[in-house]
Amino acid sequence: MGELLQLIVSGTAAGAIYALAALGFTLLWQASGTINFAQGEFVMVPAFIMLFCMSAGAPLWLAFLATCVIAMLLLGVLFKRIVVDPLIRHGVIPLVIASLGLSIGLKQLMRAGYSAQAFPFPSPFPSGHFAIAGAAISYADVGTLLFAAIIVLGLQAFLERTVTGRAMQAVAQNTDAARVLGIDVRRMVLYTFLINAVLAVVAALLVTPAYLAKFDMGDSIGPKAFFAAIIGGFNQTRGALLGGVLIGVLENVVGFYVSPAYKEGVALILFLVVILVRPEGLLGKAEERKV
Amino acid sequence: MSVVADDVALARTRRPLLRTANIAIAIVVVAFALLPLLLKSYGTYLCTLFCVTLMATYGLNLTVGYAGQMSLGQAAFYGIGAYIAAIALKAGISFYLVLPVAAIVCFVVGLLIGFPALRVQHHYLAFATLGFNILVYLVMRNEEKITGGTYGISGVPRPTLFGLSLDGVLAFFWFTLAATLILIALLGWLLRSPWGRAFAALRDNPIRAESLGINITVYTLLAFAIGAACAGIAGVFFAALVQFVEPAPFHFAASLMMLLAIIVGGSGRFFGPVIGTVVIVLLPEWLRFMQNWYLAIFGFAVVALMIWLPGGVLSIPERFALGKVRR
Repeated sequence: MGELLQLIVSGTAAGAIYALAALGFTLLWQASGTINFAQGEFVMVPAFIMLFCMSAGAPLWLAFLATCVIAMLLLGVLFKRIVVDPLIRHGVIPLVIASLGLSIGLKQLMRAGYSAQAFPFPSPFPSGHFAIAGAAISYADVGTLLFAAIIVLGLQAFLERTVTGRAMQAVAQNTDAARVLGIDVRRMVLYTFLINAVLAVVAALLVTPAYLAKFDMGDSIGPKAFFAAIIGGFNQTRGALLGGVLIGVLENVVGFYVSPAYKEGVALILFLVVILVRPEGLLGKAEERKV
Repeated sequence: MSVVADDVALARTRRPLLRTANIAIAIVVVAFALLPLLLKSYGTYLCTLFCVTLMATYGLNLTVGYAGQMSLGQAAFYGIGAYIAAIALKAGISFYLVLPVAAIVCFVVGLLIGFPALRVQHHYLAFATLGFNILVYLVMRNEEKITGGTYGISGVPRPTLFGLSLDGVLAFFWFTLAATLILIALLGWLLRSPWGRAFAALRDNPIRAESLGINITVYTLLAFAIGAACAGIAGVFFAALVQFVEPAPFHFAASLMMLLAIIVGGSGRFFGPVIGTVVIVLLPEWLRFMQNWYLAIFGFAVVALMIWLPGGVLSIPERFALGKVRR
């Protein structure tokens, strides 16, 4: 019993990180129809920027804040201006291909230009465990969960309580109607890219202490972000959260009770089951086909 | 100027070009067949690997270029073919029996993976194949009893042809080249048949194709499964070429390279995979001094290509021709 609780808590913490990456992925899709296959690399790049900042002497919190700003420029504004804007008119596929190219480019640039090694990354939370009902719960897991929860609740509050947030939701739901209502669609889409960049930095901060900073760390996080988004429902923000946590917990349970070797396969199996049984995702609404 | 006029103008310039093109293709093929006579054994190995990869990328071109689907799992089918071949050939089963078996297994697995994905929304195939490739890689690495794990399976025997040994690098190269040409010819025939023309119809305008009575899902699924079967065949040749099979060449990254090869060459163009496969198999060898920078540049080049030349390298002359007509 104790160990199951332990697995669920640490799985939820891991899942919360997947959910952050998935959330950014879903927001981009809703607002601009962008499927970003480089989402995993969007987590890897901030991890290294934070490391560079820290090697320049900055404490972790300062490195985190500086990286948020750099990522907003690099992965938010530049990504949108250079890659997304020219391609989005041509439909989904060219952008998917470009993001695949970007994924290879960023990964190999880090490998060739910097290092192929894995670098340790300091945890923002204290080490150690405490015991509840026979389960050893680590402070890092609790801290990760709390931090992710604050970010997600903050984002939800922004999207639902502020005028800008509601305008962004309007753009996501119906771009044309939003434009008719006088919403600056381009600006709202840009905000979405900025939010995606920040979510990626947060995911990097939380995941890198466990995964280590490595040029190919996105290979594992990226696919889980896509699967979490689809499992939960591609057109629902809450879906990304549910999908992420579900993958995190099931991975842990399967890894412990079935086989640690196949932990990485859990997301795919869950994805296949969900699209067979409930194609629109667990929380998603069926979309009408656009002709 | 209207699109129809463009087509007419293109067709007019094309007819005499077609015969010249056929002769040019024949010359290139013969030159390529004779090339290894001038090369050392590593060069010949690379030429053979080029042919093997070509079988897989031609299959993928059917899925990507003609059925308009994104598949990120071609290397998984390539790997399944290679492992089936390694295990069966070592057990003494005939190469000529292993070949169709690997193709059929990959075809069936392709149907099983493609069905749930294509039933929903077509770009879900990209996610499903991506996950499938990760899973297949895990099986190859972890099921040591069957696959040898990270140590792989070594000592895969090469086949014989009518009692002649194909152990020599040159003999095996010609054997593989012949098989590649046969496969490409079969795909060409398939695409020209009414059945194959339906592929192009569903890529260009799926809704119109559907209203003409083409079942989009069935055709897309078949295109994907045939593409997978081609990768399985390529895998069998790969196992016989390298004589050693391990998980690394079948990683998801390899699928990505194959997909991008199709795009770089020009997706849906019959000779697109040739250009693309040169870029992913031969060019890295020539540009070896660049090491990992090659892939970094390749990645960003794909982004640039999508922005400036989405039709791929083979669309350059056409763009040129259209520009002239328009003027």
